[in-house]
Amino acid sequence: MYDFAYHKPASVADAVKLLADPDAKAVSGGHTLLPALKHRLNKPSALVDLSGIAELKGIRRVGNAIVIGALTRHVEVATSAEVAASIPALAYLAGHIGDVQVRNRGTIGGSVSNNDPAADYPAAVLGLGATVHTSARKIAADDFFLGMFTTALEPNEILTAIEFPIPEKAGYAKMKNPASRYVMAGAFVSKGPMGVRVAINGAAPCVFRQADMEKALSANWSADAVAAVKQAADGLNADIHGSAEYRAHLVTVMAKRAVAAAG
Amino acid sequence: MNVVTPFEGIGASVRRKEDFRFLQGRGAYTDDFNRQGQLHAWILRSPHAHARIKAVDTKAAAAMPGVVAVFTGADMARDNIGGLPCGWQIHNKDGSPMAEPPHPVLAIDKVRHVGDPVAVAIAATREQARDAAEAILVDYDVLPAAATMDAALKPGAAPIHDGVAGNLCYDWHIGDKAVVDAAFASAAKVVSLDLVNNRLIPNAMEPRAALGEFDRTTGDYTLTTTSQNPHVIRLLMGANVLHIPESKLRVVAPDVGGGFGSKIYHYAEEAIVTWSAGKLARPVKWTADRSESFMSDAHGRDHVSHAELALDAEGKILGLRVSTLANMGAYLSTFAPCVPTYLYATLLAGVYTTPVIYCEVKAVFTNTVPVDAYRGAGRPEATFLLERLMDVAAQETGIDRVDLRRRNFIPTDAFPYQTPVALQYDSGNYHATLDEALKTSDWAGFEARRAESAKRGKLRGIGISTYLEACGIAPSAVVGSLGARAGLYEVGTIRVHPTGSVTVLTGAHSHGQGHETTFAQLVADKLGVPTAQVDIVHGDTAKVPFGMGTYGSRSLAVGGSAMMKAMDKIIAKGKRIAAHLMEASVDDIEFDRGTFRVAGTDKTKALVDISVAAYVPHNYPIEELEPGLEETAFYDPKNFTYPGGCHIAEVEIDPETGKVSMVNFTAVDDVGRVINPMIVEGQVQGGIAQGIGQALLETCVYDASGQLLSGSMMDYTMPRADDLAPVSVATHTTLCTHNPLGVKGCGEVGAIGSPPAVINAVVDALRDYGVRTLDMPATPAKIWQIINGGRRMAAE
Ligand SMILES: Cc1cc2nc3c(=O)[nH]c(=O)nc-3n(C[C@H](O)[C@H](O)[C@H](O)COP(=O)(O)OP(=O)(O)OC[C@H]3O[C@@H](n4cnc5c(N)ncnc54)[C@H](O)[C@@H]3O)c2cc1C
Repeated sequence: MYDFAYHKPASVADAVKLLADPDAKAVSGGHTLLPALKHRLNKPSALVDLSGIAELKGIRRVGNAIVIGALTRHVEVATSAEVAASIPALAYLAGHIGDVQVRNRGTIGGSVSNNDPAADYPAAVLGLGATVHTSARKIAADDFFLGMFTTALEPNEILTAIEFPIPEKAGYAKMKNPASRYVMAGAFVSKGPMGVRVAINGAAPCVFRQADMEKALSANWSADAVAAVKQAADGLNADIHGSAEYRAHLVTVMAKRAVAAAG
Repeated sequence: MNVVTPFEGIGASVRRKEDFRFLQGRGAYTDDFNRQGQLHAWILRSPHAHARIKAVDTKAAAAMPGVVAVFTGADMARDNIGGLPCGWQIHNKDGSPMAEPPHPVLAIDKVRHVGDPVAVAIAATREQARDAAEAILVDYDVLPAAATMDAALKPGAAPIHDGVAGNLCYDWHIGDKAVVDAAFASAAKVVSLDLVNNRLIPNAMEPRAALGEFDRTTGDYTLTTTSQNPHVIRLLMGANVLHIPESKLRVVAPDVGGGFGSKIYHYAEEAIVTWSAGKLARPVKWTADRSESFMSDAHGRDHVSHAELALDAEGKILGLRVSTLANMGAYLSTFAPCVPTYLYATLLAGVYTTPVIYCEVKAVFTNTVPVDAYRGAGRPEATFLLERLMDVAAQETGIDRVDLRRRNFIPTDAFPYQTPVALQYDSGNYHATLDEALKTSDWAGFEARRAESAKRGKLRGIGISTYLEACGIAPSAVVGSLGARAGLYEVGTIRVHPTGSVTVLTGAHSHGQGHETTFAQLVADKLGVPTAQVDIVHGDTAKVPFGMGTYGSRSLAVGGSAMMKAMDKIIAKGKRIAAHLMEASVDDIEFDRGTFRVAGTDKTKALVDISVAAYVPHNYPIEELEPGLEETAFYDPKNFTYPGGCHIAEVEIDPETGKVSMVNFTAVDDVGRVINPMIVEGQVQGGIAQGIGQALLETCVYDASGQLLSGSMMDYTMPRADDLAPVSVATHTTLCTHNPLGVKGCGEVGAIGSPPAVINAVVDALRDYGVRTLDMPATPAKIWQIINGGRRMAAE
């Protein structure tokens, strides 16, 4: 780790001010940022620790949506009665991120802002058509994830909460990378106020919606319907754990399983 | 009689004494030691697989905050520091010695693998040392790299070492080729197979670390290091590298968090911290981070082989012909040359009566991390080759795979059995271990389970491996004649204290094996001293007279035997003292577990009476006997030991994803006499975990330019608990005939026997897809490829 200054603001407004320094970085659970710092892959001038900001915490039901504060840890989402009752697929997803230690520290805000192609949450955000609340505005999921590790967030913009519309049904399935156990290919499917949505994570450089699968499921919400849709391998990730063709194949398998899980 | 209650002797599952400190986080590992005035070293490593060093500029680095020194290979050369030595010399087919290029501690002129140490920065803190290392400017002239053996052997490949033609370290063979060729000519059936034994990265839980100290007053050096064999490190580093006499060099290997072979070798960092501690007259510590471990710990395996088996019409093996390429990496690690030769080809008879065997091995330099022994060392490679070949032979002859093995087993009454590849097995019963494993695994009921899996859309398979290994290394004269530059005896001292407690000094080293318990049980069993009063001292050249360390499942068979010999001497002396005290003839004194008795009488003396007399010799045969009760024995084994047995794996494959799940694993091993069944079970389970890791998960991957792609846990798949199956471990004992305990060794059997059982099971599960063979690891992507390819073939 290189040296850095450390700040722990108590409000979003103060945090935004501190992040005016372009070399400063926000830190929430630190489970992505700290390993990067330890490997010296990152050299921030300052860390702005968001963990003292009360307004970023908590899970609330607001009308027909669940609003989850950015600082909410994966374990809290996984075990929330509110989430289990309204979006069980989201609780399931949160409960299957990493391991116990990761779930006890990692936050939804950190995960979604980071937009790791192999992360879990972005699939739920896109697959449920959620709205991302920030220190400055509200951003629709469809406009939020721009590319590998890239989002619509400005450098000094803080993700404050995510608003998930409650679906009729939703399901999530993933194939894990054997080594890292991050997502190799996953699918989050839902049907509800945002229509029929299929978000694919892990397989490509950025989470994306699978239009052909959405069409097939709109016509016939069934595992068989989606199983018949092939994903093209073009543009998918390939590495020592699997080719683009393998991932393309997994996309269909996971989508099928996600629909089956959604019921 | 002084019987230990509860019974703690041979055969008791005494809880591991050492676990009290380990489980409470009180183990003392190398990195836990911090000395007054200690400095920290950070090693600058090569980012290139192969490059000429045009210049190294350390000026900016040396001027950085906290920095005390920056050293390069040139600085070490000026001090006449030698290269890292190789402890084993192999000879080529033509009798000439292998190529043995220098292995500089810090690179001189050239780097030969990613991670090759180039310079060291030494500073007040580790972070400062790391900052300084980053500020060292190295001007590299990047050369074409050979990341694979194929690339290294290609005509015109860039030479990795000057004077090593074709990047070939040696071209060795064993057996009479003409005789074997003749056997093949007369065969009814020849089965051939190409195999890759995948390269593994050991990943002990504790990364390597080293702390060098120098005492300006006495001129004594101390190295505290993560080693499996401190005396060997003292010998190699003192004599070959730093030129420090043993009397001035103490090597301590305190608690060590796993080794699996990777901590046998003498590594550059040990020499760097010891030498710089002397130069700076301050303690210098280095601790690897995990990324460094990946690119600097010796890797394991990495063979490519072509094997052929000749059979008669009844399925009797007539001969075996093998040609193997073995990757040495960029330099020869301490014992690298012996692994693919004398620890591999000599095992190719396995449990079978194969009458003639020929094996040739080419060892190849590549621009990769050095490769050396890793849990099993050579025997897993031999076992994988044989047991895969047996399954393919069964498939191609139509003989049932269990039956084919039985037809070729060395008969139970044929021991001692001389193989055609040098080894003479002393004991074994391969039918017994097979029978028990078949029963425990419910082999007969498998087809019903396969059908049940099929109903759930899953492919189920079962696989078997009947293996043998040679361990308990080794008779010094034998290994000497084969090129070892060391003897492989072991040393044990039994120190009976005046009040009867016992300290054992052993040259074996425990880095997870539970020696502090097992060895104490030997003393409890033989001398009747409760294990709580037996202390095992190991890992310190200043305390233990000498030792060759722990590897090759030798600690009990060789180290334990030395203790038994030393205890025999204690008993012999004790009898003379007892005879004096009880006014009897020595010949009439009997000894049993702590009690000396005049035969046929109720006159007895306890061990403590004898020890008191020995240290307070008021009434003592002082004319004939020295006071004290301490004996040392060196034990040089007469032969290797030969554990063997049967492993059966059962797997289930998800054909949609290609993921293989272990559903059951049965091991029935003959490890000789079992001292502590619980510890044996743990050792076997650990070995099987690593074997399953090799078969399904682990593999080291370099890209064509020699960059390590599997350089972290994000990409190198270590087995996790949920990757493993319920493992049933049982033992079936035939005693070793040539050591006093009848023990064989259990440390490596798990890793040796299991990989082919797992792959045989995977191939069995895929039988409808026309799969003949499959390279390890059987990853989901690979299995999917096979299934997908098969589907396509079926569709065409
Ligand atoms: C061993 C291990 C296994 C893991 N496995 C998985 C897995 O299987 N699936 C998975 O999805 N994830 C996995 N993770 C990642 C884990 O979920 C992370 O915790 C998560 O991705 C990031 O959350 P965090 O709170 O730790 O973020 P941090 O590390 O604190 O921050 C991550 C990034 O987001 C920025 N940031 C943080 N909070 C905000 C905010 N409120 N607004 C704007 N920017 C912000 C930071 O500046 C930083 O760039 C794993 C992590 C580890 C260490």
